[in-house]
Amino acid sequence: MLKIKGLKVKLEAEDKEILKGVDLDVPAGAVHAIMGPNGSGKSTLSYVLAGREGYEVTEGSATLDGQDLLDMAPEERAAAGLFLAFQYPVEIPGVGNMTFLRTAVNSQRKLRGEEELSAAEFLKLVRAEAKKLRIDADMLKRPVNVGFSGGEKKRNEILQMAMLQPRMCILDETDSGLDVDAMKLVAEGVNGLRDAGRSFLVITHYQRLLDHIKPDVVHIMAAGRIVRTGGPELALEVEHNGYADILSEVA
Amino acid sequence: MVTPAVSNPAPSLLDRLVLPTSGAWANDARRAALARFRDMGFPGRRDEYWRFAGGEDFAAPEPEEAPILDMQGEAPVFSGLERLKFSFRDGRFEGDLPALPEGLEVSRLSDAGQQDLHWARDLYGVLEAAGQSPVARPFAALNTAFAGDGLLIRVTGKVALPLSLIYCHDDPRSDAMLHHVLRLEPGAELTLLENGPAAARLNTVLEVDVADGARFHHVRAQGRDHGRRAITHLFARLAKESVFKSFTLTVNGAHTRNESVVEFTGDDAVAHLAGAAMGDGRMGDFTHDDTVFITHGAENCESRQVYKKVLMNGAVGVFQGKILVKEGAQKTDGYQKSQALLLDEDSTFLAKPELEIYADDVACSHGSTSGGIDEEALFYLRSRGVPAAEAQDLLVLAFLSDAMEEIEDAAIIEDITSRLEAWLARRRAG
Repeated sequence: MLKIKGLKVKLEAEDKEILKGVDLDVPAGAVHAIMGPNGSGKSTLSYVLAGREGYEVTEGSATLDGQDLLDMAPEERAAAGLFLAFQYPVEIPGVGNMTFLRTAVNSQRKLRGEEELSAAEFLKLVRAEAKKLRIDADMLKRPVNVGFSGGEKKRNEILQMAMLQPRMCILDETDSGLDVDAMKLVAEGVNGLRDAGRSFLVITHYQRLLDHIKPDVVHIMAAGRIVRTGGPELALEVEHNGYADILSEVA
Repeated sequence: MVTPAVSNPAPSLLDRLVLPTSGAWANDARRAALARFRDMGFPGRRDEYWRFAGGEDFAAPEPEEAPILDMQGEAPVFSGLERLKFSFRDGRFEGDLPALPEGLEVSRLSDAGQQDLHWARDLYGVLEAAGQSPVARPFAALNTAFAGDGLLIRVTGKVALPLSLIYCHDDPRSDAMLHHVLRLEPGAELTLLENGPAAARLNTVLEVDVADGARFHHVRAQGRDHGRRAITHLFARLAKESVFKSFTLTVNGAHTRNESVVEFTGDDAVAHLAGAAMGDGRMGDFTHDDTVFITHGAENCESRQVYKKVLMNGAVGVFQGKILVKEGAQKTDGYQKSQALLLDEDSTFLAKPELEIYADDVACSHGSTSGGIDEEALFYLRSRGVPAAEAQDLLVLAFLSDAMEEIEDAAIIEDITSRLEAWLARRRAG
């Protein structure tokens, strides 16, 4: 589904190379995790895939089902089925959460040439999904992420994911700022969306999220490259020994 | 009093104007106002409150032509609301006064002299005259002297239906002066709606006297004709425990200057003034000026100013807002917020927030900002599939939302919001 080949990326502002040749292949239905120390380029990878400005791709490619992602506007990537759950969800004062969700859902449908959802259809859908994530009516009415706790923001990301039904979900440090209960709730939301046609790329610093969202493959990223790839046991190794051993091994 | 230098252009607008005769007390008020005006003269660019945007176009002998906007079948704002309608065309009242509910009295200014309206006599030009100090407002005095039409409105009860003033114009060269006075007796309530361009050039004065415990709610949508020019003045006097709320929407218009002068004379009163303005210089010249002066002359009153402007392609926004807290006006709670969203580097926002405080137990502050669209929010919306242009429009409406929230009626907010959406969509379509 998601194929990344030899991806090299630098910061536009600083002429600093962050990704130094990333190769990754996430097949349909798979859950891959990327772990790595701070500054290894994990979040940059997620932003570049989603189309955030400020990065320059100097080499390599990234495709979603053969479509060149890097050539598309962020909204086109979203309509093609890519979703990034932000590490720091953005607050948008003045835009109601419900309006935001409906605009997003219908914008994507329009971009794909599908019929827009009616107000009633949308409402039914959003109520059902919100209930699963224990998001109450008040959170739906409030401006997007404004005054939300860390846990509420992350649940709101998963709600968007559930509403948009993307095929390729990237979760950028979704566990940061969550307590154990909130993490369980978020993980349940994610697990509920797992199916044969949907893939996940879970970016995390710690192993603990992977206890709840079980990955098929774990990659270790360091200094802008994927330095090791293995099964779920690789995450446990990091948990016990830290990143130092692995990094010295590959150095 | 700050008196602007006399700099009457020749030939002068003053030469062309004729004092209307509408009966004894009104004639006296008009002559007094003309004397006031002569002392002040037309403002010049060196006058403190005319530096950012001058008033030459308001003072010119003839108005510039303002082509009538084709509304393409769009129903005017407030059309969906049940209301008491009063129509003006090119500055003249037209039709008959509608049947009025209990608690509401309305006369035409032109008939006023024949009637013994004590309350109107005590108000016409009175709040305007009081509002000339410490800052001169020459066009308001000019208006009191020469206003061709207007309504005298007295509210003695709680009037449920909004009173709606509809300003049409057919003549692309019309020059209109309207002067309304409004007295809310103790405990009375009224919503006043105003909409439409009124004339190619418009000068209005609205004097509002809000007695103890009365509530006044004002929503105004200035017409969208690109060439129209308007200088409006709102003078309000707020007695004990009264509530005053005023919101103005301005979209398009070559030059608009909305002056609001509010004085608290009784304790525990509330005044909220808000404005949302949006201009695209590519469609035509756009200069919008909000000039506000709030005087806290009583204790424990709350004033809010929330002014928001969206400016693009060379549009100019001005905010000159002052809060004056007089000695003894303890427990004053005053806040002013003026913000501009500049969608490009060609647009200009000029702001002059002022606080002058002579009491020691007050909470007063101001926040004036200008900036571009929030790129983080824009990317967040786009990453969810919202195309860039639509995402920007959503953020523009979000920016205006805290001014819109000052409107008390949800149906009016919805009405205005849908028009702003349509305006933005048309602009996007080119």
